[in-house]
Amino acid sequence: MIRIFNLFFIIFFLSSAKAYSLIEIDITRGNLDPLPIAVSPLFQDDSSKRNSINELKIENVGSEISLVVENNLKISGLFNPLSKEAFLQKPDIAHLKPRFEDWALIKAQALITGKVTIEDKKLKVEFRLWDILAGREMMALAFTTVPSNWRRVGHIISDKVYERLTGEKGYFDTRIIYVSEEGPKTARVKKLAIMDQDGFNTKYLTLGNELVLTPRFNPTSQMVTYLSYFKNLPRVYLLDIETGTQEVVGDFPGMTFAPRFSPDGKKIIMSFAKDGNSDIYTMDLENRIVERITNHPSIDTSPSYSPDNKFITFNSDRSGFQQIYVMKSDGSNVKRISFGKGLYGTPVWSPRGDLIAFTKLHKGKFYIGVMRTDGSGERLLTENYYQEAPSWSPNGRVLIFYRETKSNDKGEGFSAKLWSIDLTGYNERQVQTETDASDPSWSSLLSN
Amino acid sequence: MNFNKSFRNTFLVILLSLIVSACATKKTSTTVEGQMQGDVYTGTDTVKYLADGVPDRVFFATNESILTTKSRDTLRKQANWLRENSSINVVVEGHADERGTREYNLALGERRANAAKDYLITYGISADRISVISYGKERPVDSGSNPLSWSKNRRSVTVKAN
Repeated sequence: MIRIFNLFFIIFFLSSAKAYSLIEIDITRGNLDPLPIAVSPLFQDDSSKRNSINELKIENVGSEISLVVENNLKISGLFNPLSKEAFLQKPDIAHLKPRFEDWALIKAQALITGKVTIEDKKLKVEFRLWDILAGREMMALAFTTVPSNWRRVGHIISDKVYERLTGEKGYFDTRIIYVSEEGPKTARVKKLAIMDQDGFNTKYLTLGNELVLTPRFNPTSQMVTYLSYFKNLPRVYLLDIETGTQEVVGDFPGMTFAPRFSPDGKKIIMSFAKDGNSDIYTMDLENRIVERITNHPSIDTSPSYSPDNKFITFNSDRSGFQQIYVMKSDGSNVKRISFGKGLYGTPVWSPRGDLIAFTKLHKGKFYIGVMRTDGSGERLLTENYYQEAPSWSPNGRVLIFYRETKSNDKGEGFSAKLWSIDLTGYNERQVQTETDASDPSWSSLLSN
Repeated sequence: MNFNKSFRNTFLVILLSLIVSACATKKTSTTVEGQMQGDVYTGTDTVKYLADGVPDRVFFATNESILTTKSRDTLRKQANWLRENSSINVVVEGHADERGTREYNLALGERRANAAKDYLITYGISADRISVISYGKERPVDSGSNPLSWSKNRRSVTVKAN
């Protein structure tokens, strides 16, 4: 199947003078003034270029890696990568010791340089991050990996730079699992698909023979849980994306749906519908013990654990309408937390623990928003004709969700796309996918 | 208590918005010329027949799983037909419109299918002969994005299983 986690990454620090930087990015507010950064192409010598063509069919993988980094930094909304045409210094020279005046001249505040070699089927990459204003090196790292991992190297560099300059973990060396959609609305074909966070390396995990919905990553492993209508029996499945093996979760005499892993990866929490009533259940993946968590004649669904596994937020219409609730993970102490106007659904707990993201429907519009875990401080990030199902980036700074367009009376004009938005409400952008797409779920950081 | 107070306020707001939306619905339903009552579909465009005079589906109001008078009439016809054809088993498919979150709609579809199933059972059809499946909003019959299209999609459909 798909070798997702064949890393063999060896990461080591190059000798680097520890320096306190002057540049820093505040990511807690909307960043309307992104940091000008120069991403110099990583230098590659001629023999290495020949090996690069042999191994990867790419002539200058150094330059390709720098494009991966540049694109990541750009889509984060926090950086403004400068045009390479303005660069005055050659990549190899800059990597040894930049002439800071030259880079200051083009208004760069930070500079990334690097060097790539491919030898004996190994890709060696080193890079340095420079503070142009202070005139010194901020960070230096080297990686060794298999050549086919070159895009991941770009993502890891992006994460390191992001972390060094913002003080928070990055989210670039991650993947998105989602549902790929094709065909007319009345006969939509849906497949599980997985891709790098930047839209590259798309792989399809199912063939489209049966309806599949709501895939979610295990935060600690290579497992995915999702809903499949295999043999017309809608059930929650567990899929190992590396081996391709899959199994039904539990033995329920009816539809199971809305699955999600607990943050420790040990349980699946989901809804089970029977006789017109949906309640929340968990199954322990080690001992297969099934536990009933809610027992109420209303619809209880879309459960999501707090990162410390102690609480569960979920969606219920026990008040008469869809609202968001929080309870202890044993099902006790149920409290409604959404009290604004409209209906609330799909609550999902932030990996940082302090916020719950949700979908809200009010007066015919759909919103993605966040609120504190006691329901206070509701903030709507984006309004649209239809959008739902936010999923957090592993650092809790960005939400990915899907958005559908309105169709005309003949059903034309319909599309479903993935979008992302910063927690600040800024930097809303479409995430490129090969086909129409929905139900995105963000993985944890693959490295470190 | 503060909680109770805000709860009561919300309740009032919901009541008010219900009244407001009820007025709004009346206006839209007149524009679709007798094909909707409230926001329940009353037309026959998409309806198929299990046998002569036995419609295969019933329609629901937004967010509702309550059977209307007309739905109950349809289901009684289905129950008669099932009694006369005792070898036939059925699947009741529950569906929702596209204006709701996917997971909630799966639950809502299941609730609608069971509302139909329960009614058939009340009219003497054995539970063994009826299975249910919810498709949520995944299988609309009408792909338009307008109140009439949505009303056609909020349905439960009785399908022969054998």
